[in-house]
Amino acid sequence: MMSEMRILRKTSLSSFGLKVKSLLHPKNPLKGDHVFKLISILFALSIFLILGLMVYELVKGSWLSIQTFGLKFIVGTTWDPAVSRVFGALPLILGTLVTSAIALLIGVPISLGAGLALSEYLPKKFGFAVSFLVELLAAVPSVIYGLWGIYVLIPFLRDHVYPYLQSVFGFIPPFSGSIYGGGVLTGGIVLAIMIIPTVSAVMRDLFSAVPNSQREAIIALGATKWETVKTIISYARSGVIGAIILGLGRAVGETMAITMVIGNRFHIWPSSLFDSWYTMAAIIANELLEATYDLYISALINVGLVLLFVALVINILARLIVWRALRLTRGIVRE
Amino acid sequence: MKTIYKVAIPIAIIAVAVASAFVYLYSTAEQTVTLNGAGATFPFPLIDKWAAEYHKIKPNVQINYQGIGSGGGIQQHTEKTVHFAASDAPLTEAQAEKAPNTLHIPITIGGVVPIYNLPGVPKGLKFTGKILADIYLGKITKWNDPRLTAINPGISLPDQAIVVVRRSDGSGTTFIWTSYLSNVSPEWKETVGRGTSVNWPTGLGGKGNDGVAALVQQTPYSIGYVEFTYAKKNNLAYGCVQNAAGEFIEPSIESFSKAAEYAALTLPRGDESWSKVSIVDSLAGNKQASGAYPITSFSYILVYKELNVLPNMDRATAKALVDFFWWAVHDGQNYAADLYYVPLPSSVVAHNEETIRLITFNGQQLRG
Repeated sequence: MMSEMRILRKTSLSSFGLKVKSLLHPKNPLKGDHVFKLISILFALSIFLILGLMVYELVKGSWLSIQTFGLKFIVGTTWDPAVSRVFGALPLILGTLVTSAIALLIGVPISLGAGLALSEYLPKKFGFAVSFLVELLAAVPSVIYGLWGIYVLIPFLRDHVYPYLQSVFGFIPPFSGSIYGGGVLTGGIVLAIMIIPTVSAVMRDLFSAVPNSQREAIIALGATKWETVKTIISYARSGVIGAIILGLGRAVGETMAITMVIGNRFHIWPSSLFDSWYTMAAIIANELLEATYDLYISALINVGLVLLFVALVINILARLIVWRALRLTRGIVRE
Repeated sequence: MKTIYKVAIPIAIIAVAVASAFVYLYSTAEQTVTLNGAGATFPFPLIDKWAAEYHKIKPNVQINYQGIGSGGGIQQHTEKTVHFAASDAPLTEAQAEKAPNTLHIPITIGGVVPIYNLPGVPKGLKFTGKILADIYLGKITKWNDPRLTAINPGISLPDQAIVVVRRSDGSGTTFIWTSYLSNVSPEWKETVGRGTSVNWPTGLGGKGNDGVAALVQQTPYSIGYVEFTYAKKNNLAYGCVQNAAGEFIEPSIESFSKAAEYAALTLPRGDESWSKVSIVDSLAGNKQASGAYPITSFSYILVYKELNVLPNMDRATAKALVDFFWWAVHDGQNYAADLYYVPLPSSVVAHNEETIRLITFNGQQLRG
């Protein structure tokens, strides 16, 4: 067998010339493997290089702002490019986190329901069609969500949904105040719609990955369908948390759609859910092109650095949780 | 014999093809000139039209213009990566220091107009500068404020809150608007100031002229500001603004042109500092400027006085660039009105002729 392979290699390689011969020498058939391994490792390491260069460039670009404001940049509440030239990003950080939290509050229950229906309730064929459509939604560019937000969602919410919300809950501050259509809640809703495809697709995969032996065991114990589903959720809970945090990562970094619907007003805290606000990604998209002096540009890049840091923390959290999920399942017999 | 033909004929055909391709490429490479520009988005449709029309007249000249924003255009001009840049504002002293010997050529005029969405109220509502400043400061909050009703007799203004709309992105339009508000309101000047983007005391932010127009169109009882073109294109109601002479001026090509004529009286030479040039500022307090719309501005082309500072520059490209500028400020102006741009008044064209004559390549004048 071995000698046959050698002959084959020799004949097929003779046409490639010397270079290939030396790489895949018949006396050392593993040499090609080594080369491939080396190239793969190089590609893997390049990711560290890219992240390193990104951090380096961001720090370099924002150095002037870091020198001028230091940590005050993160707690500052003024953004005044025209008169005092003072920049602080706290309202942007809060705006980013709050809109993302609203997106999760709305998006996660829907994604959880969709994921469960697709893996547990719907017939396989129908479930396949629905999950195809859900994944298609994930491929829609965010500017399309933004345009749809401006021309369809905002008028609808302003004329039909928000006045009703206000008439019912208007006595508590978050639902009082003027209604413009765009604002914090609208931003959260658009973000929710954008994260649902990703999160629900991950959840479906998670629930489908729960071994059938688990379902059979709990049903054998006399559980109802609902009790079975509860067990499945708790079996996959670490993964579910990971999926939620992946959705959060997407919401935090979203730029175009949120810029188009949130109202882009820089202030520390909105007077209500209907008031306008701002996010980190949105201010960069809005102001970088026409930033007219060095400190201004530097402050905007500094916002980018803070955004990268927030996104990094969220992703590290997601990684940790997913690792924990993997460790949990490793001890269990797989199908 | 046969085998020789089999080889020789294809080789001969390939050789002829390659040779003719070289000859063709060489001959066109000698003639075709590509001029690269970048900058403000406001004059983009006009420059794009110019590029197409000029290519018809001079098929060997190709003009690429990218609308990346004034800030980006100035940066590329400073880094010498484009042949010319366009900006809605002249270079500041600091910017001019980084790009010495830059010439300013005003190529068109824009006007920023207040637009509003008031059901039942047609266009032509009157505003004073002070009232506009106080609306944008959040001090006038109702449409039936006594100061508004006093100057708009006969129009019934509703008892509704004013929804203020402004730009969310940095822009030359905002710079012109806030310059005007700074001139008419000391409080605005001290607390908000002028800039491509400012610390807005109130209002909803829309992205781009389109975004502001869309927000105003969709939000009843709102007020916003856009370039005149966008008010026209979107069929929005726009107001009249009081100038320093005390007249309420309706925005129009004529009233913008008039404003530019007054400014042209005091324009500096093309190679002097233009950092102080502003139609808005020159009209502030000018009680003689009858018929001029006060929120008007030039849009500029920026170009180096000595073109050999640009890398890979040759005489043919330099000449093509100067010829294009000459055409743009003369024949090119005929395309302005169709696109709702304001043609340059003759005094400004004459001023530009002097500026274009200053452009040299290796010290030689390119246009006599």
